[in-house]
Amino acid sequence: MLEEIIIAGFGGQGVMSMGQLIAYAGMLEGKGVSWLPSYGPEQRGGTANCAVVVSDEPVGSPLVTNPSTAIVLNNPSFEKFEPLVRPGGILMINSSLVTRASNRSDIEIIELTATDMAADLGNAKVANMILLGAFIELTKVVSCDSIIESLKKVLSEEKHHLIEVNKQALNKGLSLVKTA
Amino acid sequence: MGKVLMKGNEVIAEAAVQAGCKYFFGYPITPQSELVAYMARRLPEVGGLFLQAESEIAAINMVYGAAGTGVRVMTSSSSPGFSLKQEGISYLVGSELPAVVVNIVRGGPGLGNIQPAQSDYFQVTKGGGHGDYNIPVLAPASLQEIVELTNEAFDIADRYRTPVILMGDGMLGQMMEPVEFGERTHSELPEKNWATTGTRGDGPRRIITSLELNAQSLETRNAALQKKFARIKENEVRYETYQTDDADYIMVAFGTVARITMNAISKARQEGIKVGLIRPISLWPFPEKPFLETRDVVKGYISVEMSAGQMVEDVRLAVNGHAEVDFYGRTGGVVPTQEEIYQKILSVAGGSRYEHENSF
Amino acid sequence: MSMKTVFKKTTGLTDNPTHYCPGCTHGIIHRLVGEVLEEMDILEETIGVASVGCSVLSYEYFNCDMTQAAHGRAPAVATGVKRVLPDRFVFTYQGDGDLASIGISEVIHAAARGEKITVIFVNNAIYGMTGGQMAPTTLIGQKTATTPFGRDESIQGLPIKVCEMLSTLDGAAYIERVSAHDVQHIQKAKRAIRRAFETQKKGLGFSMVEILSTCPTNWGLDPYESLEWIKDNMIPAYPLGVYKNKEGAE
Repeated sequence: MLEEIIIAGFGGQGVMSMGQLIAYAGMLEGKGVSWLPSYGPEQRGGTANCAVVVSDEPVGSPLVTNPSTAIVLNNPSFEKFEPLVRPGGILMINSSLVTRASNRSDIEIIELTATDMAADLGNAKVANMILLGAFIELTKVVSCDSIIESLKKVLSEEKHHLIEVNKQALNKGLSLVKTA
Repeated sequence: MGKVLMKGNEVIAEAAVQAGCKYFFGYPITPQSELVAYMARRLPEVGGLFLQAESEIAAINMVYGAAGTGVRVMTSSSSPGFSLKQEGISYLVGSELPAVVVNIVRGGPGLGNIQPAQSDYFQVTKGGGHGDYNIPVLAPASLQEIVELTNEAFDIADRYRTPVILMGDGMLGQMMEPVEFGERTHSELPEKNWATTGTRGDGPRRIITSLELNAQSLETRNAALQKKFARIKENEVRYETYQTDDADYIMVAFGTVARITMNAISKARQEGIKVGLIRPISLWPFPEKPFLETRDVVKGYISVEMSAGQMVEDVRLAVNGHAEVDFYGRTGGVVPTQEEIYQKILSVAGGSRYEHENSF
Repeated sequence: MSMKTVFKKTTGLTDNPTHYCPGCTHGIIHRLVGEVLEEMDILEETIGVASVGCSVLSYEYFNCDMTQAAHGRAPAVATGVKRVLPDRFVFTYQGDGDLASIGISEVIHAAARGEKITVIFVNNAIYGMTGGQMAPTTLIGQKTATTPFGRDESIQGLPIKVCEMLSTLDGAAYIERVSAHDVQHIQKAKRAIRRAFETQKKGLGFSMVEILSTCPTNWGLDPYESLEWIKDNMIPAYPLGVYKNKEGAE
C-alpha cells in the first residue's frame, strides 16, 4: 500500500491537522508516514495544503506531485489539484464551497457538502473531519479508531471536550460513503 | 519513549538537547523558526538557556563566547541568516571552538524565498567565510537520521574542536515523520582543557584567539589546522549507497533530494534501467571512495540537486574523467519531482539502453 | 641596606610589554582595569573579551582568561560567556570604532538586556589601528584620513554620544564617562571602573565606563598636546559624569 494524499483549503479549515491526523494514525498502526506542509505567506489566509504519504514501507519521497487522493476544501484548491490527481485516483470535494464540477472521467469524484453538514452538527469547523471520515472509509488507509486515538494525542487536554463532535463528524463522513 | 511524530526543525532541537546542548542563541528566520521556538520552550526544562539574539551576527558571537567556556552550544538559521554568521564561523574555526550550526537552506541568492533549496552547498563545503578552512557538514535525509547526525555533530565538534554544520532544506525542516529518540551513543572525547572559565582552580590563564600577527606563526598554525582537516577527512566520511552493485548509471543526491531520487530509481528499475544512488551524508568531507570504486565500471553519474549545479563539481573531482558526469537541478525553491528525475534518467541512460538493444 | 617598595606593578597585568604608541593612554587604562581586578581579588574569576582595533592584543596584557572577539562583537561574545558562567566576572575592552560603529548594535542590545557584564569603552575620537580614519565619535571639524577637510555635519553627520544613548536603556545599571588626561581624572576613572565591576558583582545589570583617551599618533599631536586636546576639545563635546546609577548612590 502506498497512499499519496494532498489536502488543500483555506488556512483555518483544518487541512493541516487533517493531514497530521492521518500521519499520526498511520504511525500508530506501524506504517511508514510523512507529512509535508506548504509553508510561508500562503498560510496567512491564502491556500494552504499538505502532502501525506502512508505506506507499508518506510516513506521514500515525502513530496507528492500526483496524488492518489486529493481532498479540496475550496475553489482555489480545486483549480490547483484537480488536474494533478493520478488516473484512477480520488478527488474529494467540499461542495459547500467548491462551485465548479470536475469533468475528469478517469478519476473517482466524491462531492460532499461538508461545511453545511458540519454546521448541522453544530460546529462548521469539523467539515474537515466529515471529509476525513469519508476518506478513510473509501481508502481504508487507516482505521477510524486510530484517528480517534490520534485526536486524543494531537488535541491538548483543554480541547478534549471537542473530541465528541469530531467523532460525530468522522462517523457522518464515514456513513455517507459506506458502500457495503 | 517510542515513536513520536515531529517536525524536522523540532527533531533537530530535541536531538541537540539530548546530546547535551544546553545553550542556544538564535534569531528567527523561515523556514527554521520552529527550531528556535522549540529551544525557547525546552532548554529551561533541562536547566539550560535560550537567548534570542538581536541578529544572526550577535547569535553566532554569543555561541563563540559560550563555546569558549567549554559547553555544548548551538545556533541555527536559514540561508540569508547563515551568510551573516560566516564571519563568526570563521572565528570559531580560527580559535578552534566546537559548536553546531544549523542551516535549513532556502531559495537564494539575496532574499530569495523561503522554499527548499540546496544552493548553499558551495558556502558550507568550500569554507564560507574568510581564510583557509573546511567545516564538517552533515546532511540528513530523514527525521530519524537527524537524531543520529545531530548527536554525531556535537561529538565531531568536540573531538576536533571545530564548528560542525548540520544542513537541511526547508522541506526537511517543515516535514513531519515518526522518530524515535533511542539511547545516545557516547564516544570518548578529549577533555576541554582549553576553556576560559576563569583561572581559579585550573591553572595558568588561557587565551582563545585566532589572531597571529607573525606570518610564520600563522602559517604554522594553519598547517596544524590543515592537519586536523586531513584527520577529519580520514575519519569522518559518511555516505550511503543504494543499488549500485549492478548499476550502469549512478545518481548522486543528498538530503531530501536523495529520497525523491530513490523513488525515481525504483521507477527506472521497473523499466529495466539499472540505476543506483550514492548519497553523501557528509558533504565535507565529500565521500570519494564510492566513486573510486565505481567510476571504472559504470557508464556515468547524474548529480541531482536543488541548485544550479554545485555538488556536481565534487562529483567530477571524484570521478576525475573516468566516466560521464551529468546534472539535473532545480533552483529558486522548486523541488525536482520524481517524474522529472526519471525523465532525466531516461534521457541519459535510456539512449544507451536503446543503443545496446540495437547493437549486434 | 633595606629597600622599601613604593610602587608595584599590578598583578592584573602580565609582564608583556604593550605595543601602544608613546603618549597613548590605553596603557594607563589597562593598568586601571588590572588594578581594580586585583584589588577586588577577582582576577581568577574573570574572563576578558578583547576587541578589534588598537586594543586587539589586550589579551596579551590582562592577566586573566581572555577571549578574542570579532570586530564589534565583544558584547555578544561576553553575553555568551556570562550566560554560561553567571558567577564569573566578564568584561569587554573596546575602542570607539569597535563599539560605536560596527558594534553599536551589540552594545545596545547587551545594555537593553541588562547583561551583567562590564564594558570598558575607550573613546579617542578616531580609528587608531587602521591609520586615523573617522570614528563615530570624531568631533565636528576634526580632521582624519577620511575627513581631510574636517568632519562636516552635513556630510558625515554628528558624533554619537554613547553614554547618553545607553543610559536611556532600562537594562543599563551603571554608566559613567571619565577621562584619562590628568592624574586627578585618572583616579576618578579608576573609581568608575571599580563601581562598574561592583555593579556587575551585585548583579544589577549592564555597566559601562567610557574613558576619553588620546591618540597622539593619529591626532598629529605630541603626548602633552594630546592630553590638552582631550581637555579642550573632547570634554566639552563629551561631558564627564555619571549618566546612570541604578543604585542611586553617587
